Amino acid sequence: MSEAPSRGTWMVLLTLVAALFLTILPLPAAAEDLRPQWVALTLIFWALALPDRVGVFWAFGTGLVLDVATGTLLGHHALGLSVVVYVAVELHARVRIFPLWQQALLIWLLLVLERLLALWVLGATGQPMPSLAYWWSPFVGLFLWPWLAVVLRDLARRAGTV
Amino acid sequence: MVYPLQVLADLPVRLARHAQDRLADERMLRDRNEALRRENLVLNARLQQLLALESENMRLRDLLGSSFRIGERVLIAEILSVDLDPGRQQVIVNKGSSSGVFVGQPVLDANAVMGQVVRTNPLSSTVLLITDSEHALPVEVNRNGLRTIARGTGVGQDLELLHIPKNADIRVGDLLVTSGMGGRFPRGYPVARVIGVRHVPDDPFTVVTAQPTARLDRSREVLLVWTLSPELRGETLSDRTAASESSGPTGRVGVAP
Repeated sequence: MSEAPSRGTWMVLLTLVAALFLTILPLPAAAEDLRPQWVALTLIFWALALPDRVGVFWAFGTGLVLDVATGTLLGHHALGLSVVVYVAVELHARVRIFPLWQQALLIWLLLVLERLLALWVLGATGQPMPSLAYWWSPFVGLFLWPWLAVVLRDLARRAGTV
Repeated sequence: MVYPLQVLADLPVRLARHAQDRLADERMLRDRNEALRRENLVLNARLQQLLALESENMRLRDLLGSSFRIGERVLIAEILSVDLDPGRQQVIVNKGSSSGVFVGQPVLDANAVMGQVVRTNPLSSTVLLITDSEHALPVEVNRNGLRTIARGTGVGQDLELLHIPKNADIRVGDLLVTSGMGGRFPRGYPVARVIGVRHVPDDPFTVVTAQPTARLDRSREVLLVWTLSPELRGETLSDRTAASESSGPTGRVGVAP
């Protein structure tokens, strides 16, 4: 990794694009509240796996693209994702040796933090407050994390990113 | 930049619809054809009446000396099935500035007003629906011409009417149409139907809720409307006052006293 620091960056980009795609994919109305925060999950994974390459700037840039794609206020998601990825980069050395279920709990905390920051932006800009169903997606993320982490780790190894 | 992604997300729904059309059996198609033909007949009959009424209206307006043009250009656009932020009421349509779509353009469906364009890209544009909490449009009650403003609530599919006095003549079932006061929406298109009138004791105004007549969550095709030519658009009231203020002899800038 040290000799070619940009090796496999395309895999990071590809997974982020896939996460964006899953975010705007139309779902039936009943399942809409259960949609996990795909982009946040993917970014946290890369921040934990490659803390020296994927950091706050990646999070901010991806957040802006997410804002454009979902039609929210520019910077709405960028703020939350930057903070969450910052925390993930700070903690990466500890989190990486956790067992998966313990990792999942911490990821859940980070996802809740992201939602909280998004809610704060909503409140600050005077938009209507979402219902309680807004808080479902961190729980979905909690159960999704072990699988997602394994799949992404496998992809990263094959692409030579890590 | 995200347009290809949005088109990709729209693809499964489009394919499903296509397959559905393919698989529709002959009897169903014949039925639908029959129904459409009947509807066409009815609409044509009404159109004849409308043409007569329109010319009569123009004559009367000529007598009154007021300038009013009918004759609009419309463009049919398709809504992309892309899930946007659930807190905002907006949709993406597949026509953009390369087709001449502009920001502020009214968007209708077959029944009523849906919203207006808030952002344009070369190939797509974002439409803010009238139910969004940041959308307000000037309307009037069709029955008696009472003017008011309909604002979206952002939650659910309802509109609320602002500043209706306690003694105003408004009833459940009244049709609200655009009043054309903002200079943005053409006059006389249906918007919503009043579904609730409540008098709250400590509120100085009547609380009125209305339900849009446009099928905001169900229609697939929308109409983008060009109502006024640019030189006519320059003559709306707000533009005229702005122009007279900026070119005024004192050159006063800022807030009027």
